[in-house]
Formats: sequence, structure tokens, C-alpha cells
Amino acid sequence: MDTQREPLIEFKGVSKTFGTRNILNRIDFSIYEGEVTTLIGLSGTGKSVTLKHIIGMLKPDEGQILYRGKAIDQMSKAEWNEYIGQISYMFQNNALFDSMTVFENVAMPLKYTTKLKKQEIKEKAMARIEQTELTEVFDKYPSEISGGMQKRTALARALVTDPNIVLFDEPTTGQDPIRKNAILSMVAEYQKRFGFTALMISHEIPDVYFISNRILALYDRKIVFQGDPEAFEALDHPFRDELITSLESLGEELTGLYSRRHFKVRYQSDLSKRQPDASYAVAVFVLEGMDGISDALGHDVAQQIIRSLGSYINKHFGAVGGFSSRQTINEYATVLPYSDLEEAKRIMEDFTKDFQEHGMPDLGSLITGEKPSEGCIEVNISAGLAQGKPQIEIESVMEFARFNQKPIARFECKTGG
Amino acid sequence: MASDSSAQDTAEISATEPSVGKITSFFNLFGSRTLRLNNNLGAMAIFFFRSFFMIFRIKAIPEIIQQLYFIGAKSAQIVMLVGFFTGMVLGLQLYFVLVKFGSVGVLGTAIALTLIRELGPVLTAIMITARAGSAMTAEIGIQRISEQVDALSTMRIDPLGYLISPRIAAAIISFPILTTFFNLIGILGAWVSGCLLLGVNSGTYFFRVVSSTQMDDIMGGYYKSIVFGLLVVTICCFQGFFTHMRTDSYGAKSVSLSTTSAVVFSCVMILVSDYIVTSFII
Repeated sequence: MDTQREPLIEFKGVSKTFGTRNILNRIDFSIYEGEVTTLIGLSGTGKSVTLKHIIGMLKPDEGQILYRGKAIDQMSKAEWNEYIGQISYMFQNNALFDSMTVFENVAMPLKYTTKLKKQEIKEKAMARIEQTELTEVFDKYPSEISGGMQKRTALARALVTDPNIVLFDEPTTGQDPIRKNAILSMVAEYQKRFGFTALMISHEIPDVYFISNRILALYDRKIVFQGDPEAFEALDHPFRDELITSLESLGEELTGLYSRRHFKVRYQSDLSKRQPDASYAVAVFVLEGMDGISDALGHDVAQQIIRSLGSYINKHFGAVGGFSSRQTINEYATVLPYSDLEEAKRIMEDFTKDFQEHGMPDLGSLITGEKPSEGCIEVNISAGLAQGKPQIEIESVMEFARFNQKPIARFECKTGG
Repeated sequence: MASDSSAQDTAEISATEPSVGKITSFFNLFGSRTLRLNNNLGAMAIFFFRSFFMIFRIKAIPEIIQQLYFIGAKSAQIVMLVGFFTGMVLGLQLYFVLVKFGSVGVLGTAIALTLIRELGPVLTAIMITARAGSAMTAEIGIQRISEQVDALSTMRIDPLGYLISPRIAAAIISFPILTTFFNLIGILGAWVSGCLLLGVNSGTYFFRVVSSTQMDDIMGGYYKSIVFGLLVVTICCFQGFFTHMRTDSYGAKSVSLSTTSAVVFSCVMILVSDYIVTSFII
């Protein structure tokens, strides 16, 4: 499919050496328009160097970087200005101007590169500040705010000019787990809303899978993989052992939930030992209304709610021998390996009752405990069950479970306003 | 025969090798330093001209005003303080020299010409280098190592236009003004020590100050202060802007070394250029 599409940005045999240290060795990869591409790799392997080549801060020693088929080092001044004018870059260490307030930092690209009036600049910058939940600190200096807020200030500054291409250099570094997911959600939401092309460096595996259309893996000075996240999960390469496995294990340890890959591995290892006619059940949970929560209460609250739901599911179904995984940004799947459909229904009823009595009030307090919102917030949690046999692919059983989904809990219009 | 000849050749080579080696290494060292100096001067010249031509933009005005406040207004106090005591010391020293020849009446002439032609521009420039020049290097250096300068480039804001041009413009404006302050306060300081404390006639003193000072003297002082201003700002900003290119240190250490180099090099260049400019205008 990729061969039929014209890449937006393409690296062709790009090499870069600093002194005697070779960082990139004839790397080739493509970035397609309107997609989120994530570049992953071990620390110090040249990910930031790769990004800096795109924006012209570094020049390749060998090879070419093409933008819509045109080599960027052969562009005329007008072409270069047009190209570079479409790109925003979010630095790994934020690169905020420490003698300027949050507002001045965000407004700066508009002030110096556009002909907008002062009032328009103010409105646009404040809108971004609000979207990134920085309203309370807009007049503070970077040294007066937390690392997470600094990161969001850098994000707001990168997005304030409505760029067509955004390069994110580890946007989630230094953030707590809630904020990490909040930032990734924000990137995904803005990407959908504004349609920009994103190239992101991230270590947040598997979270980046949910928002990425393509994954690029940089290992030993070369791109060893480029393709969709599903294919990447099945990658058989030393890179996986060094990076992915350690990160996924850590993720499990911290959240109790399996990564999608480990979920599949556990499924295969558990069910391969069973008789072919043995039954098991799969439950799929979906939290609907995430966009509304994000818009009204911010990405942090949305992430807290989804994590809280995950924690409830894992706790409840884990107690009866089940194992769970987050499948997409708002979907969880649980396998009950030793339960048939009837038993699973009873477990689900218990879960529903318990969740409505204890879980929903907790989620409600997360919502009502936040700032008042003018709109009506509606959150629906649906669950579906399906029965499977060991020889059936887990994806097919999950699809049945999605088909059988019905609401199990609902929260509506109880914001502080 | 052949072996004798060969031994002789070897002996000759070993006798001449050390001296050839020393000469080569001397020229290598001298040549590489000359080339580096040449490259730096060339880079500095390009840096200056690119920044200078970016002064003439409407968007630069707020930044220029900000830098005028920092380089000019905030340096005024220290410049005037130094000017006052320089004048007092000059008044004291010259009084005891002139009194030996019975010519204390020309104290005003000596003070005015010394300050306006030489000491005013030079000491003002050195004071501004110490106060504002070092701060410029440190500020730009920190912006460089924390990627703020790179961030400007990625936002399509020319770092030279944003960081350097306003400082050059502010220096062109504020150096002559501060030099004027220095001269006036220095003349006043010499009046305090010469007239109030040592009894020289105030009328004679001020008459000599006014009558002996020509427009050429004043303009010469201004030319010098403009040249010094351009040199100081260019050197200090250049050192800060290319802090990351230093090979002898990294990070905060490189900023501190750049600041030291900027101040030392600026002071040396003020004195060197003072001689050159004086030789042209005298």
C-alpha cells in the first residue's frame, strides 16, 4: 500500500557522523501525510539527530531528504521558507525562553512570524493555553512551573501556528503516567482535529501504538523496521529484546494490565494447553464520551477515568483468574480462560453491580471534583461477552464481544456547574 | 663504499631532523593559530554585517528599546560614578603637575581634552563591557546551550535579527550618550577636586574647558565610542552565540569561559582600536 502513496517526507540513504562517531548509517524511511509516525529506539541512537535533519538544523553527510519528492537541500529560498513554515518542532528539553512567561512563550511564533493583530495573537495563544490546561499559570515564568507544565507549554507553542507537520521530540519525557497518556491523547486529538502530519520520538510503549499509524524503529544506526504497530508487535529482532520487552514488563508491573503483545502471548500459552472443545469467555469494555470529558475537563481527567476503569476491570476479573489488556485508547479486553459464557455472564453481572455501586461514584467524583463545566458531560461504559474455543483467533472472539456490547453504566450532566 | 656513504647520510639526517622537526612544528602551530584567527575574524565580520542589516525592521523596535534600557539606562549610574572619580583623580594629579609650572589656569583645558578625546570613550566602553557585555555573552550563551537559539530557528525567527541586531542598534545609540555623561560628570569631578578642594578659580576652569574644546574633539570622541560600541557588542554576542562551538569546554563551563574571553578580548580590542582610530582622526 505504501508503495502506491507518495511520501510526504522521505529519507534516502542518509548518513551522519559527528567526529569519528557514526550516528546514522544510510537510513531510509518515509513519512506519509496526515499520519502519526513514531520513531522509537534506544537512548543515544540518533533519534533527535534524525528529527533535526528534517528541519534543516543538521545536514546529512550523505544521502538526501525529500519533501514531496524534492530534495530539501536543493530548494530555492522561497521553497525552503514555504517548507519550513509548515513545520513545528517540539524540543526534548522544551527550549522555552526562560525570561518570558508562559503566555509570551506561546505567543512568540505568532508575534514574529505572522501579521496578526495584538488582540488576535492574544486570543489564539490563550486558546492554546486553555486547551493545554495552563490557564492558571499563563503569567508565570518557566522556572516557576512544574516540568509537566513546561512540557505542555512547549506543546502549546508548537501547535499555536496550526502547522502541517509537527515534530515531537519525546513529548512525554518527565511526565507522570497520567500526564503521559494525556499528552499522547492530546497529540492524537489535535492530529485528528487539525489533520497535521506528526513525527514523534517516544519510549511510551505500548501507549504510542494506540495513536500511531506507523512505527519506525532505529537500531544500530539503521532503520530496522517501518510499518504499522500491529506488524511491529510481531517484530522478530534483537531490538525487541533490548527495548520492547523491558518496557512492557515495566508497564505490566506498574499498571497490572498486560500489553497487547503479552495479552496475546498469555492467551496462546494458556489456551494451547486446553482441549480443543474447551470454552473460554472474552469481555470487551468500551468507555464512550472521552472526547466530551477531554473537552470539558481536560485530558488529565479523561486519562484518570480510563485508568480507573482499567484498574477496576483488572482487579475484579483478575480475582476470578482472568487477564486484561488495554486494546485501544478507550477499550479494554479481558479473557476468562476457565469460564464459559454462562459463568462469564454471572461474573459480569457481579462486576456491573459492584462497578455501579463503587466504581461509578469514584468516576463521578473525578468528574465533579474538577472545575465546573458549562456543557453536559455524558459517559457511557459498555461491555460485551463472547465465547471462544482455543483454535479460534482471539481477534474474532473479541469482534463478537464488541457486537454483543450493551451499556452497563452511565454518568450524565453532573459537572460542578 | 656504499655502506660508508649510507652511514654518513644517516648521520646527516639524524643531525638535521630535530631542527627540521622543531621548525615544522613551530610553523604548524603558528599557521594553525593564524588560520583559526583568520576564520574567527571572518566569521565575526559576517556575523556583524548580517546582524547589522537586520536592524532596519519595524519589528526590531521594541527589542531595541529593551536593549537601550539594559545597555544604556542601566549602565548610566556606574558610568557616571566612574566618570566622577576619574575626573576627581585627574584634577588632583594635574593640579600638582601644573602648579610646578605655575600654569594651574590650564587645568580646565587639560581635563576637558583628556576626557573628551581619550578617557571618556575608553573608560565608558570598558565599564559597559564589564556590566552589559559580560551579561550579553552569558545570556546568549545560556540560550544557545539550552537550545533556545535553535528554537528560534525552528520558529522561523532569525536568531541574529532577534538577539543580535537590537543589541547592535542599542550600542550605537547608547555608547555616545553614556560617553557624554562620563565626560560631563568627569569635568564636574575635576572641578570638585581642582576648584573646590584645591582652590583653582572656577571661572577660569570652566572658561578653559569651553574655549579649548573644539567640535573635532567632541566628534572624535563620538567616533571612538561608536567604534568601541560596535566592537564590544559584536565580540560579546559572537562569543555567546557560538558558545556551543567551543572545543575546550561544554555546558555551563563553556558559558563562563566565553564570558571571560568576551570581556578580555573586548578590552584589548578597545585599546587597540583606540590607537588606530586616534591615528586617523588626529
